[in-house]
Amino acid sequence: MQFMLLFSRQGKLRLQKWYVPLSDKERKKISRDLVQTILARKPKMCSFLEWRDLKIVYKRYASLYFCCAVEDQDNELITLEIIHRYVELLDKYFGSVCELDIIFNFEKAYFILDEFLLGGEAQETSKKNVLKAIEQADLLQEFNIGTFKEIKIFLLGEI
Amino acid sequence: MPAPIRLRELIRTIRTARTQAEEREMIQKECAAIRSSFREEDNTYRCRNVAKLLYMHMLGYPAHFGQLECLKLIASQKFTDKRIGYLGAMLLLDERQDVHLLMTNCIKNDLNHSTQYVQGLALCTLGCMGSSEMCRDLAGEVEKLLKTSNSYLRKKAALCAVHVIRKVPELMEMFLPATKNLLSEKNHGVLHTSVVLLTEMCERSPDMLAHFRKLVPQLVRILKNLIMSGYSPEHDVSGISDPFLQVRILRLLRILGRSDDDSSEAMNDILAQVATNTETSKNVGNAILYETVLTIMDIKSESGLRVLAINILGRFLLNNDKNIRYVALTSLLKTVQTDHNAVQRHRSTIVDCLKDLDVSIKRRAMELSFALVNGNNIRGMMKELLYFLDSCDPEFKADCASGVFLAAEKYAPSKRWHIDTIMRVLTTAGSYVRDDSVPNLIQLITNSVEMHAYTVQRLYKALLDDISQQPLVQVASWCIGEYGDLLVSGQCEEEEPIQDEVLDVLEGLLVSNLSTPVTRGYSLTAIMKLSTRFTSVNRIKKVVSIYGSTSLILYCCNDPISSWISFNFHLTECPLSVCQTFQLQLLSPSSNVVPALNQGTVTQVIRVLNPQKQQLRMRIKLTYTLKGSPVQDLAEVNNFPPQSWQ
Repeated sequence: MQFMLLFSRQGKLRLQKWYVPLSDKERKKISRDLVQTILARKPKMCSFLEWRDLKIVYKRYASLYFCCAVEDQDNELITLEIIHRYVELLDKYFGSVCELDIIFNFEKAYFILDEFLLGGEAQETSKKNVLKAIEQADLLQEFNIGTFKEIKIFLLGEI
Repeated sequence: MPAPIRLRELIRTIRTARTQAEEREMIQKECAAIRSSFREEDNTYRCRNVAKLLYMHMLGYPAHFGQLECLKLIASQKFTDKRIGYLGAMLLLDERQDVHLLMTNCIKNDLNHSTQYVQGLALCTLGCMGSSEMCRDLAGEVEKLLKTSNSYLRKKAALCAVHVIRKVPELMEMFLPATKNLLSEKNHGVLHTSVVLLTEMCERSPDMLAHFRKLVPQLVRILKNLIMSGYSPEHDVSGISDPFLQVRILRLLRILGRSDDDSSEAMNDILAQVATNTETSKNVGNAILYETVLTIMDIKSESGLRVLAINILGRFLLNNDKNIRYVALTSLLKTVQTDHNAVQRHRSTIVDCLKDLDVSIKRRAMELSFALVNGNNIRGMMKELLYFLDSCDPEFKADCASGVFLAAEKYAPSKRWHIDTIMRVLTTAGSYVRDDSVPNLIQLITNSVEMHAYTVQRLYKALLDDISQQPLVQVASWCIGEYGDLLVSGQCEEEEPIQDEVLDVLEGLLVSNLSTPVTRGYSLTAIMKLSTRFTSVNRIKKVVSIYGSTSLILYCCNDPISSWISFNFHLTECPLSVCQTFQLQLLSPSSNVVPALNQGTVTQVIRVLNPQKQQLRMRIKLTYTLKGSPVQDLAEVNNFPPQSWQ
């Protein structure tokens, strides 16, 4: 995967994850152009398109578009499943996720994505494991203690 | 100094802005506050400020002044700081900036941190955006983590290694020892990322590929277990066990089986099993089938398996889900050359896809249709393709027209059918036809001697209806100029026009503002040629004298008796009272090939009938391709010796 964009029906970016080195200016241009292209597509159209020299896979969930640019040899159908898995993770984490959750907690949306994908590939195929990792990292953040061992001691009362 | 406002508070505030200007004002105010906070080196709120900056960056506002602050956060001991710091680095920095290298030391330390979640952050950041220098510096640490027994870290290290290898391919060797036991893992995350790593290595190095071929049995076993195992809630997606892993294994098998008979044979059974047993009611099952088909088509599979694969694609074409139809057409396009007969069986379904609403599906169906045209199905296929040409979007017309011309040239069952097909294209999509088709078509028509009368009559009729499509007008003009005598002489089946009517039409083209200069050239040339074929010479002289400065277009035919080279020929200015007529005859050139490296020349004799003894001038235009790029050269000859024209 080269990048993933989340944007609203008005074209506002809600998340942008880039796995290829591009300058801020280049990223802005690509986002702007691609978002316009996808928003112009009719609902009955395919979830896949060729854009510039990229393969684009996108799907709309409620008011948010999830859009990925993948490599030539990547399987478009499984990319749809990757997108769906990410939506499920967000849903489980936020409890019936909606766009506002992503807006107000964008950093958490990134953290979840970074536990699911790394360098553009899935690092964990178990929903449970991704959520568990996020949960524990959140705890670490909550207590803002240096090591996880200390949290365990704190929570479980070990000596 | 009051505490900086919280992130969510800022988000809420900014969203109340009713105009772009209002939003910009809020942002500027907050950025100023953040900047002074940064200047004061405030450690407590740095994290909050950077988070706010990241939000504003996402809205499109500049945030580069926060780059160094991200580094400070990464270096902090607090997990919250590190989390936001790494996120900021991934969003605000990219490898082109020097600042980004300053991260290397922090990442190195964090890769060795006692908390796996900190190590995870470092691995994630390195694997997402590490530059070549960083990868070189830190590859050793990644390699170490690839060998750990902690599956949380191992899976991340594997993908990080993939990134390192992509950035610095020479480092691939050093990861080889660590790959030894990767596939023995039970943890699916590690398995999945390991397969990705192995895939990357095999794709990059033939030696690695040969080395890893021995893993085929193990991969087959893992895949078999996934399919045969019962319900596993942790990895289940609509009744299928870990489809992500299945797809990646299938892809790795494809690479290992390619051009290797033994490996291909070893995976034959499992591929057949997946192809026949996978549930097709949901997208996830079809995703696996799709990958399976790609693998079957790419390895050295036996023909039965290949037919199975193509039939799966055929079934995909009938699926209600347009995404499935799309991938089917894409795959069929890839295999149509190698498995032509098998794909032919699905021809009618493919042709139906020409009527699909989705543009991408239509395009693929069109390309595939052209690939399937042959001598047996040309009439039926051409009917469908011409119908498509009529009704399709403008973006398709040029490609479709070219495709029709090519197919017609290869498989035309008769000359008349060929000419009719060309006519149909010129009349329905005439303005989309490519520039080079005009000379090609003229060549074709010239060579179909028995069709000259029929062709010129049909083209003339078409001109009567519509003079807006330039390629049609140009070909028609040229034909009328060449075969005008056939047009008026009663050699045609229909009622023939008289000479003046024909000249009316051609003159009409000269004056119409729909005609381009090139088209005017064609029509003037045609009129001039008719001076030798028609009797209304006075009228022709008058027309030529008015339009004398228009360029003429003359064409090359492979006629052994006289040949014409394509060049623009400018007539000199002439007083209105005197007619200006040349007649040109170019004899066959001495050769069709100009020898390379100045080893010879080509000569051609031009005979000029110049009754008015006007000064001769010649302009030559050469077009050729050099190393694939078009080149154009113009030259003028003004120094014809006076004896040649006086």
